[in-house]
Amino acid sequence: MTEQFYQQRIPIFPRSVSGRFRTLKYSILALAYGVYFLLPWLRWERATGPNQAVYFDILGRKFYLFDLVVYAQDIFWLAGLLVIAALLLFFVTGIAGRVFCGYFCFQTLWTEVFMLVERLVQGERTARIKLYNAPWSPAKALRMGTTWLLWLLVALLTGLSFTLYWGDAPILVSQMLHGEAPFPAYATTLFLTATTFVMAGLAREQVCTYMCPYARFQAVMFDPDTLIVAYDERRGEGENGRSKPGRDLLKREDRTAAGHGDCIDCGYCVQVCPTGIDIRNGMQYQCISCALCIDACNTIMDSIHYPRNLISYTSERAQEGKKTRIWKPKTLGYGVFLLAAMVLLIWSVVSRSLVELNVQQIRQPLAVLLSNGDVQNRYEVKVNNKTEHTLHFNLHIEGLAKADMETESKEERVLAPERSISFPVWIRQTPVNAIAVQQHFQFILELSESDDTMRVVRESIFYTPEQYLVSKQP
Amino acid sequence: MSKENTKPTVQTTGHAWDGDLQEFNNPLPNWWLWSFYATVVFAVIYWVLYPAWPVGRNYTKGVMNDITYTTSAGKTVTTHWNTRAALMQDLQAARERQKPYLDQISKASYNEIAKDPEKSAFAYSMAKVLFADNCAACHQTGGAGVIGLYPNLADDDWLWGGKVENIEATIRGGRKGMMPAFGKRLSETEMDDLSEHVLSLSGNKVDAAKELRGKALFEGSAGCFACHGKDAKGQASMGSANLTDSIWTIANVPGQTTLEGKKAEVKKVIFNGISREMPTWKGRLSDTEIKMLTFYVHELGGGK
Repeated sequence: MTEQFYQQRIPIFPRSVSGRFRTLKYSILALAYGVYFLLPWLRWERATGPNQAVYFDILGRKFYLFDLVVYAQDIFWLAGLLVIAALLLFFVTGIAGRVFCGYFCFQTLWTEVFMLVERLVQGERTARIKLYNAPWSPAKALRMGTTWLLWLLVALLTGLSFTLYWGDAPILVSQMLHGEAPFPAYATTLFLTATTFVMAGLAREQVCTYMCPYARFQAVMFDPDTLIVAYDERRGEGENGRSKPGRDLLKREDRTAAGHGDCIDCGYCVQVCPTGIDIRNGMQYQCISCALCIDACNTIMDSIHYPRNLISYTSERAQEGKKTRIWKPKTLGYGVFLLAAMVLLIWSVVSRSLVELNVQQIRQPLAVLLSNGDVQNRYEVKVNNKTEHTLHFNLHIEGLAKADMETESKEERVLAPERSISFPVWIRQTPVNAIAVQQHFQFILELSESDDTMRVVRESIFYTPEQYLVSKQP
Repeated sequence: MSKENTKPTVQTTGHAWDGDLQEFNNPLPNWWLWSFYATVVFAVIYWVLYPAWPVGRNYTKGVMNDITYTTSAGKTVTTHWNTRAALMQDLQAARERQKPYLDQISKASYNEIAKDPEKSAFAYSMAKVLFADNCAACHQTGGAGVIGLYPNLADDDWLWGGKVENIEATIRGGRKGMMPAFGKRLSETEMDDLSEHVLSLSGNKVDAAKELRGKALFEGSAGCFACHGKDAKGQASMGSANLTDSIWTIANVPGQTTLEGKKAEVKKVIFNGISREMPTWKGRLSDTEIKMLTFYVHELGGGK
């Protein structure tokens, strides 16, 4: 006894189409692939560090993005980027629906390339259906095998390109060819090859309908003004429903007279759909708003000289004959937050300090009484050089009355690019001069550049135990 | 009896007990079954690769590669795969990675270590652990010590000298701190006078007449000057304390606010004397470890 516990996939063989949206989608695809595959190979001159424009250096804990070097402690920028990505998604989806799904999602982009390969090897929709239904033969095996082989090649290149972002591209490729690359490089490449192959080649629209959470939760971001790909039911169905163009129903006037709409039920819109749905059934969660059915329908409408846009980008409100509003409170709200998040992130990146001074007070012991009655506090000072040139600097303190600072070396310190140094600092003060148990003061790092001097200031605290404070003594 | 329960739609195992007692055949889901088979296969592979079955007093060793490592005593051991040997191998690898640094440290002078940021950073971080393991039990994590028991290593007063060679000698050989008890040799008044004088040395305001009597005792019949010196500044060669500075290691003078309290603390020390000991670390720590510890203690704040 066999029972089916899941919905078996109904194979989809999308037909090719040309038109405005098809051209737009191919342009985006070309751009995205160009950036993704070529970016790791782009060289970039730096005074120090790798000469690769985009390089995620895990071991060095630095991300190189053109002229920006992101350190591990800047990781909150990633949080900012994710917040922006989320807000942008809400903002765009509220206005124009599933734009990301239809045009930019990597699942859509890679599935499209895999479909192109399929069409190149196996032919157009009808030929593919025929091949699918044909019994296994050497000819079928050859075609299917070639398709899978080419898919595997695309998948492999995809996985490899991803890996190249985490290493020096030319070196890593030669290492991988010689079997000398680190294990994670192979593992990442293989994993992404496998997932690309399975997701774009085999799972396809099931990823969108069953796996992707975004596909499901974006419905809550829709409102009556959101742009959707929709079929003009009133025009298409007329009073007596759609109808194939029979003998008496060729001319538009005849059809109107007979009460039939403009839809000639050619099925082209269904055949081009990558998720295999019929847009004429209304809004469906499977629809990724790729707009290929618009291209398909317009091609037919043009050929029979009917007006275009029987299927078109519209909104629920427009379908009711009203005007679509773009600037509603929701979009304005998301827009304001989006703008604020972007300004904050850009400000944070632009105003980042390239020389970091960190001071940590040693707490065990917090204060030490010296033989001459002075109180000594000890600090661990860390200087981080995030610039691309060697730093010369001096450290001194301000704001602590008659206190001495001692470090191992009195001379000007030198710090190589992208390096950090930490050294102990002792500060001594006679308790007569202490005004409180906790005195706030500043460490001043003075950079002696040839042209100008830069100061980095860090607040710290000097601690004098209460019993040593002169004011407290009897 | 239970005719309502018979569901003809569900397959049964085909047996019937007591006339109509039957068993449904609800097979496991395939993914479950195959996961089970996979674990069986995994177990068999595991038995082959790793130590697994007891055989009499022995056990199967597995065919995983043997592990060879050198113990810290220099003995080379080869054994079948086991986690203890894997750990020993890791430790050996770590020792080998540290060796070039340790060699550099053992060759370098204290001055060279201090001048080279890489060497000093290595010595500092190694010694921090050594200090926590060996010294912090008495001297506390930051070297602040415990007043009355263990000297503070973070201040600039040293019983046995604060130069690196003094510190190294202290760690290497240990120290015996000793002051005789005067409780039976001096009268109560004498001890009172003496403590007034001792407190006056570090700038405390005391009774002038008593102090003068105490001074006579200090420099005369009580014999304090023999160890602490005529100027009461102590002698590093014998570990006698400098009584003229603000640092107290036994008598908790800084913890007292009144003169009477301070005097009581000092008198307690005169009465009981001192007998304390720091153990020797020679033989327990290597020369390089002692060197790094010396550097660390010198860095704690008061090194001279």
